[in-house]
Amino acid sequence: MTTLVLEAAVLGVLTGGVYALMASGLTLIFGVMRIINVGQGALVVLGAYLGFVLLRQWHVDPFLGLLLTTPALFVLGVALEVVFIRPLRTDRESLSVLVTYALALGIEGVLGYLFGADYRQISVWYDTATFQVGGFHVAVVYVLGFALCVAILAGLGLLLYTTTFGAAIRATMLNRAAAQLIGIDVERVSAIAFGIGMATAAAGGVVFGITTAFNPGSHYDLISRLLTIIVLGGLGSLRGAIVAALVMLVVQDVTAVLLSPTWAAFAFFVVLVAVLVARPQGLYGLRVRERI
Amino acid sequence: MRTTSVLGVAVMLTLGAPACAGGGGGSSQPITIGVSVSLDGDFSGDGKALEQGYQLWADDVNARGGLVGRKVRFKFVNDASSTQQVVTNYQNLITRDHVDLTFGPFSSLLTIPASSIASRYGYAFPEPAGGGPHVFDRGLRDVFFVQPAPVVDNLASYTRWLLSLAPDQRPRSAAYATEDDPFTQPQLDRARALLEKGGVQTVYTKVYPAETTDFTPIALAVAQSRADAVVLGTMIPDAVAFVQTFQQQRFNPRSLIETSGPDQGGQFSDKITGGNTEGVMVPAGWWPSAKTSGNDRFVRAFLARYGGDAGSISADAAEAYSVGQVVEQAVGRIHSIDNAQLTDALHSGTYQTVQGAMAFDSKGQPNGSSFLVQWQGGQTVPVYPAAVAVAPPEYPKPAWR
Repeated sequence: MTTLVLEAAVLGVLTGGVYALMASGLTLIFGVMRIINVGQGALVVLGAYLGFVLLRQWHVDPFLGLLLTTPALFVLGVALEVVFIRPLRTDRESLSVLVTYALALGIEGVLGYLFGADYRQISVWYDTATFQVGGFHVAVVYVLGFALCVAILAGLGLLLYTTTFGAAIRATMLNRAAAQLIGIDVERVSAIAFGIGMATAAAGGVVFGITTAFNPGSHYDLISRLLTIIVLGGLGSLRGAIVAALVMLVVQDVTAVLLSPTWAAFAFFVVLVAVLVARPQGLYGLRVRERI
Repeated sequence: MRTTSVLGVAVMLTLGAPACAGGGGGSSQPITIGVSVSLDGDFSGDGKALEQGYQLWADDVNARGGLVGRKVRFKFVNDASSTQQVVTNYQNLITRDHVDLTFGPFSSLLTIPASSIASRYGYAFPEPAGGGPHVFDRGLRDVFFVQPAPVVDNLASYTRWLLSLAPDQRPRSAAYATEDDPFTQPQLDRARALLEKGGVQTVYTKVYPAETTDFTPIALAVAQSRADAVVLGTMIPDAVAFVQTFQQQRFNPRSLIETSGPDQGGQFSDKITGGNTEGVMVPAGWWPSAKTSGNDRFVRAFLARYGGDAGSISADAAEAYSVGQVVEQAVGRIHSIDNAQLTDALHSGTYQTVQGAMAFDSKGQPNGSSFLVQWQGGQTVPVYPAAVAVAPPEYPKPAWR
């Protein structure tokens, strides 16, 4: 039993890394733009389909294919922000939920038209390759996915904390109006943040597509998980998203093997509620006081 | 007064629906058959196959002149695998669209609420995929499950075969994991009871929510049990995930059966690297090379219209096609599409389908039994019982490549 629990915990950390990557874009977009991008799950699924097509049609390894898909989705993200989000001048927070939901439905519809409703999976030659640690086998594909996520999240961290543009992003996250007052082009920052969010979704989508069968409707479950992660981590906190994703997956996977899969989601929500009672702003969220 | 008027209109519409849905003699209008199919959500793969099977039958019967001299056309509406939407869909099909007949959706989960609506309006409800016990224990006489055996007995061939092995060959232990789905869970409960009675010790059993997307922890626990036989209540995503995790963990049970997934041909094997599916079993009521009524024609028509190879045809499509065959024969006997007469007709007689001959009891349950299919050499072949087997079962299951 000890080996099994340890195995589940390792699996939780590895898959948690992937969810952290997928959620990082969501929390970044919220932090900068104060909007909830409920289309993030659909963008992950879009990333999975792109990886699938590159492999199936042109035999491009899905990890290498990210060199094509992440820049493409970054550009698409910038364009979507300019066309659909920026024009929302009033009641932006509420309307953006509808706009991004429409975006999700649009992506689902296009994918459904192109690929049908069949489940797909990115089947790479190394997806059953493993190496032995202690008494159990660790799948190489999970480790590769985790390494990719760590690399991208580290890159994102460097961008945010060591560059001038990163400082502009963080300033916008802290106080959008004040950032604008000191001369930061928050519209530009927003567009780029939205693009980065989409690029991380594409990267997460590839790992998701290798480890999970997916179809155009798979985004509904994904977005509910991603939203839960960023609420636990604290809305707008990259570090919070990473920690929350790891907590979520480890708690669920260990509960699934220790007690029952039926209790896995419940156990996580117990943790979520306990954290929110103690820290309503989430693990790393900022407490905002509003004068009324 | 206003309330009374609205109620009056509602009652008229409600009572009018079955009246519109009967007879059929003398009209040259096409016969419209309403079906809710799952084109999104959990059952989207199966829903699409169902739509294909229904449409192929419509093309086929129309080429023969239709039903009672009228062409057949389907009105498909998408329920997105939702139990709420499926109710709305059948309500609309019957009261707004006034379809002549209704055929069933995919899964017991959707068939249960859908058949209640059809029954309320007096519609016969032949259906291809709702065979869970609860479908038949609600006292409805309008629902007919068009598969060879009730779902609860789907694994009967498997347990019979395992227990028929020589004692020194027979598995000593078994692990069970299933979705909490009315299609899969009753099958596993029955199989476990039969195997335990036959002396096979249960070393692991778990039920997981149908919404689960990360199956790896459950698969790890099954692999850790080191059971000789593994019995899984699955659909495609979990069927694939279990096999992949077993391969990663180098876990080779002597026997592995999944209730659904391996029967989906290429949809299953193309998700597993190198088609490494040798020895995986699945219960089935249909296979492409069966010498059953209309099967050659069905397979030819399917390949001509949708491409691929015979091994990639989903059993769901064959089951949907069978619904059409059963109704065609019943209508042929009564020369009417009146739903009350059709219900009476379906309760008697034997019907020839691509899944073989079948008849229905007073609850609409079929009285046959399904058989056992195994992946061998990159394709599925029936292996048990001997009457339908084209190859002996590979036992123990070969180790993963």
